[in-house]
Amino acid sequence: MIGVAHYLTLAGLLFTLSVAGIFLNRKNVIILLMCIELMLLAVNFNFITLSRFLGDPAGQVFVFFILTVAAAESAIGLAILVVLFRSRRSINVEELDSMKG
Amino acid sequence: MQQVLLTIVLAPLIASVIAGLFGGIVGRRGAHWLTIIGVAISFVLSAWVLRGLLLGDVLPFNETVYTWGVSDGVHMAVGFLVDRLSATMMVVVTFVSLMVHIYTIGYMHDDPGYQRFFSYISLFTFSMLMLVMANNFLQLFFGWEAVGLVSYLLIGFWFTRPTAIHANFKAFLVNRVGDFGFLLGIAAILFFTGSLDYAQVFAAAPAIAGENIEIFSGRPWAAPTLICLLLFVGAMGKSAQVPLHVWLPDSMEGPTPISALIHAATMVTAGIFMVARMSPLFELSETALSVVLVIGATTALFMGLLGLVQNDIKRVVAYSTLSQLGYMTVALGASAYAAGIFHLGTHAFFKALLFLAAGSVIIGMHHEQDIRRMGGLRRYMPITYWTALLGSLALIGFPGFSGFFSKDAIIEAVHASATPGAAYAYACVLIGVFVTALYTFRMFFLVFHGEERMDDHARTHLKESPLVVTLPLVLLAVPSVVIGWLSEEAILFEDYFGHALRVSPDHDVLATVGLHGTDPGYFLIHGLMAPPFLLAMAGVFVAWWLYLHRPALAPAIAERFGWIREVLVNKYYFDEFNERVLAPAVRGLGQGLWKFGDQRLIDGAIVNGSAKLVGWLSNVTRQLQTGYLYHYAFAMILGLAGMLGWLLLTG
Repeated sequence: MIGVAHYLTLAGLLFTLSVAGIFLNRKNVIILLMCIELMLLAVNFNFITLSRFLGDPAGQVFVFFILTVAAAESAIGLAILVVLFRSRRSINVEELDSMKG
Repeated sequence: MQQVLLTIVLAPLIASVIAGLFGGIVGRRGAHWLTIIGVAISFVLSAWVLRGLLLGDVLPFNETVYTWGVSDGVHMAVGFLVDRLSATMMVVVTFVSLMVHIYTIGYMHDDPGYQRFFSYISLFTFSMLMLVMANNFLQLFFGWEAVGLVSYLLIGFWFTRPTAIHANFKAFLVNRVGDFGFLLGIAAILFFTGSLDYAQVFAAAPAIAGENIEIFSGRPWAAPTLICLLLFVGAMGKSAQVPLHVWLPDSMEGPTPISALIHAATMVTAGIFMVARMSPLFELSETALSVVLVIGATTALFMGLLGLVQNDIKRVVAYSTLSQLGYMTVALGASAYAAGIFHLGTHAFFKALLFLAAGSVIIGMHHEQDIRRMGGLRRYMPITYWTALLGSLALIGFPGFSGFFSKDAIIEAVHASATPGAAYAYACVLIGVFVTALYTFRMFFLVFHGEERMDDHARTHLKESPLVVTLPLVLLAVPSVVIGWLSEEAILFEDYFGHALRVSPDHDVLATVGLHGTDPGYFLIHGLMAPPFLLAMAGVFVAWWLYLHRPALAPAIAERFGWIREVLVNKYYFDEFNERVLAPAVRGLGQGLWKFGDQRLIDGAIVNGSAKLVGWLSNVTRQLQTGYLYHYAFAMILGLAGMLGWLLLTG
């Protein structure tokens, strides 16, 4: 029987995976964006699981909001990416260190 | 009365300021007239005050004129204490100063710094009067430092001569050592009595007699001993007692009138005056009196010996001054304060006379100061000759002259004293009499008698000095001869100084001296039979024998006792000791503090160290700011995790 613990574990795994993806990825900003999306999805997964488990639909409403915001954020992120590529001719994360102190 | 005293003090100051700042406007004649009038006013008024005090018309004055500030109950004020002691000093100071002013017209005739010189000596008169008339320690210290400053300025008056600059620097430095002790002494007085006013301090003195202070743990010092020893360190610097005497012979680099006024008659006696003024304190400490006695005796004898080997006419007189200051200090140590002040007064007259006579000789010889190149000047300079003879006789204590009474009183007082060290002091002052006579007449015979050793050019220009030079000589010769006869009985035995000097009954040696008779006639007859007279005559005779009768003998003796001569010529190696041991030690200490304390510790560790620490810290934190996006993101997640964890654990 698949219980709530399994769903939460899966969501945790997804979240951890995305964190590791952000940290370990040294190449591509797009992967970074994907990892952020994945992180949000993991959170969404938690929301839905607990909403279902507790019988409270408010959690599922939150998921719609998050999906909307995530879509907008991805659009902005990709737009920044395009501008970045135009100016730097690269989207290599290693080279993007102009914020270095 | 207050107006009179203010006039006495301010007249020389105003004259000095005008002559100094407006020297170009008032001109050479204006400068010397102004300053002479200023000092003459002071002298006449001082004499009037002294006369009033002696006759009883004027009561002793002790009032604050102006309060400068009050801090924590301590009054810092300008005030005058004029009793017979200070009035006597005022008359001596202003009289000698007046004579020197007149003399300077002749001596400095061609000098380009004419107005400056008059300004300085008038300023000196002002400072010395402030010192003498003070009624509190702060003003005493002001006068003390002011005379030191003027002394410095005047030793280096010919500031283009390297030797003069070296000498004034030396005088200043050595006096700093003394003044440091003096200042500590004043601080100790303030600490124990809570007041700087003479009257209050002296009133509180018996109360602090039993107090102790532990400077080094386990070693209690009696408060009066500590105070008196510190004050005496100041007196040693100013009055040139061993071992702080080294500056006085070198101070002869200054013009001769200055040597007479400052470095013989007045400023160097400030220490003597101060100790006498502090007699209520010194009487409380047997230890301090003993130290004073021994130091004075050492100075009196050993500095006199140095006079024997000097060839510069001014240096002979300078060493004689040192020796005579030693006599005065001995008198203080034996609690014969009146005798010390008496000798101070008579010495001021005859030593100023001798210096001015030496200056007259120097003028005649066209600034030649080596007595080996003089001789036979008696024929060319009769007035100088006779006045110098009177001065020399007074100096060696020839019966009837002023120096006889004062010096004999000191010797008798030391003889009667029971203070520890009195036996040593008595031996020193007795031998000192012989030495004094020997060097005085050695100089006298070499300068005025014997063959003429100067070159022909100098001989043709030899003539008596002008009236402005000889007049002060004559005017100083008069008191040098008669002042002792006139005032001996009053000053020594008749409570002349009243309450100004306090002598405890078991120290009252002058009373012992006066047991058999006090009048000058008795003193004279007694003196003719006493050892000092015979010793003085022996000294004169030996001088005559060695330098006139058998001139070949002196070099032979010098050859025979070469090592003694070597020690004397090198002045007991005091200068060498200071230069080889003290100066490098102090310089080393300074270097050490500079290199390690300042450059390493303060600059290196504290100032630059703190800046470097901040730089290092920011450099480390800068490394956190990598600029990589994933680092920032990771930091955020870590923070989030941390906060959540904290929430879980505590909430």
